[in-house]
Amino acid sequence: MTPPAVLAAHGVSFSYGDEPVVERVDLTVAAGEFVALVGPNGSGKSTLLRLLLGLLHPDAGTVEVLGAAPGDLHDRWRVGYVPQRRILDLDVPATVDEVVTSGRTARRGWWRFPGRADREAVDHALEAVALADLRRRPVGALSGGQQQRVLIARALVSEPAVLVLDEPIAGVDRESQRLFRDSLVHLVEHHDSAVLLVSHELGAVANDLDRVVVMKRRVLFDGPPEELASTGVHLGVHADDLPRWLEDLQP
Amino acid sequence: MSAVISALATLPLPWPFEREYMQLALAAGLVIGICAPLIGVYLVQQRLSLMGDGIGHLAFAGVAAGLLLEVWPIWTAMLVAVVGALAIEWLRSRGRTTSDLALALWFYGGIAAGVVIASRAGDGGLAIVPYLFGSILTIDASDVRVIVLLGIAIIAALALFGRALFAIVVDEESARVAGIPVGAGNALLAVLTAVTVVAAMRVVGVLLIAALMVLPVATGRVMSRSFRGTMAMSAGIGAASVLLGLAAARQWALAPGGSIVLVAAAVFGVTSLVGGRRAAARVTVMPADRPPGDDHEDHDHQH
Repeated sequence: MTPPAVLAAHGVSFSYGDEPVVERVDLTVAAGEFVALVGPNGSGKSTLLRLLLGLLHPDAGTVEVLGAAPGDLHDRWRVGYVPQRRILDLDVPATVDEVVTSGRTARRGWWRFPGRADREAVDHALEAVALADLRRRPVGALSGGQQQRVLIARALVSEPAVLVLDEPIAGVDRESQRLFRDSLVHLVEHHDSAVLLVSHELGAVANDLDRVVVMKRRVLFDGPPEELASTGVHLGVHADDLPRWLEDLQP
Repeated sequence: MSAVISALATLPLPWPFEREYMQLALAAGLVIGICAPLIGVYLVQQRLSLMGDGIGHLAFAGVAAGLLLEVWPIWTAMLVAVVGALAIEWLRSRGRTTSDLALALWFYGGIAAGVVIASRAGDGGLAIVPYLFGSILTIDASDVRVIVLLGIAIIAALALFGRALFAIVVDEESARVAGIPVGAGNALLAVLTAVTVVAAMRVVGVLLIAALMVLPVATGRVMSRSFRGTMAMSAGIGAASVLLGLAAARQWALAPGGSIVLVAAAVFGVTSLVGGRRAAARVTVMPADRPPGDDHEDHDHQH
């Protein structure tokens, strides 16, 4: 039996003004699936993510998150989101612990004080991204890779059924990439969560992906990585091929 | 509560707070000194440092309307400030105009309306002056009662909704995805700002209210590593500024509102010099914003 779709776009189109950014996209991500969404700069990847998360409304087509329209979903905390680090203001005077704990606010009930279950979840998430030792540090004083891991821990801490990540490893060191990969694989394998990852750099997770979706306004390829590899594009050893190949794509 | 406040106002406190009017001023000042920075921590993080100023100008128009209509100006100021704060937040959230333009609209519209309305009031507008520059030394027990009640409401709201507001100021988009009511949270912050402004009008005046929302927070951000610590430090510095400002005003017969703000500014000046040196020392060891691809683990170098 096919596992239920946790994220689905059906014939979704979206334009900024007169400029079409996403055209008739069909995409599903099932529970326990690890999917990468790739495409050249400006191909509509981040816009598609924002449509799937309900932050934008499609001009045409429909979106479903955990079986409901984004606006009708009750337990929204079951959707984890890691935005691009550069759009965040990590100048906030807050510790790693405080930022990660804030990821539990919606699940706990935003008027409630953190309890034992919240503290344990924070401990677990910080250990998953190897930041337990830095939990009392101000986030603004961490390196870029460490800040990225803070954001991933903040998303993991609510134990989401689906995790959506937008360019999470751009400019991140190899050790952070390895920890990042381990935490995502743990989430998929042990919690049956689905992961949708937008990235140009898939080397770290190349061997763990179930599917790769290539888009440039439209979906140009949707299949297992081995099938993509048969076209001569490698995600692992020759990961550097990917960005060059994507730039040559025609919609 | 008036009886309690009157009883407290005759406490055997040492100089400069041995007189009743100084004790009433101290009670009102401490409430504002603590509450204004607590709200300011969120405003500064939202890049809305001047929000208090804009709402202060609106409250000024509300005070003038109260004087004209012969209603207690606190209530007309509260009505205008709350409606104006919600309108500013609505404009901002709809992206109809940028934050600074929205604030400028209220700045000038509010102050102009206040001046025009006050000129029509009975005494030619003189009664509005205490609200412009504050008049904490002429405050009475009923003023203190209102300020204390507003302070309790502000702190209760933060105790209940502060964690959601924190999630919003850290990352509004992720908070929205997680289902935190971001629009309601931002509207609440706007209303709390309006309430704080109205409560603070008699203490430092509408022209200096934003200073108490921003200066102690600027100091708290330099001195603290955590959000909770920044809040505690900011509130403590706000309270200390009131204490020292009132003492200085008594000793040298200075304007108390201005003295309180000058103390807060001086504390920020000193701590930013000292803290800036410390921060610079940290940055030379560990740049906080390395270029992409230049990341490395630095467990051993942070202080």
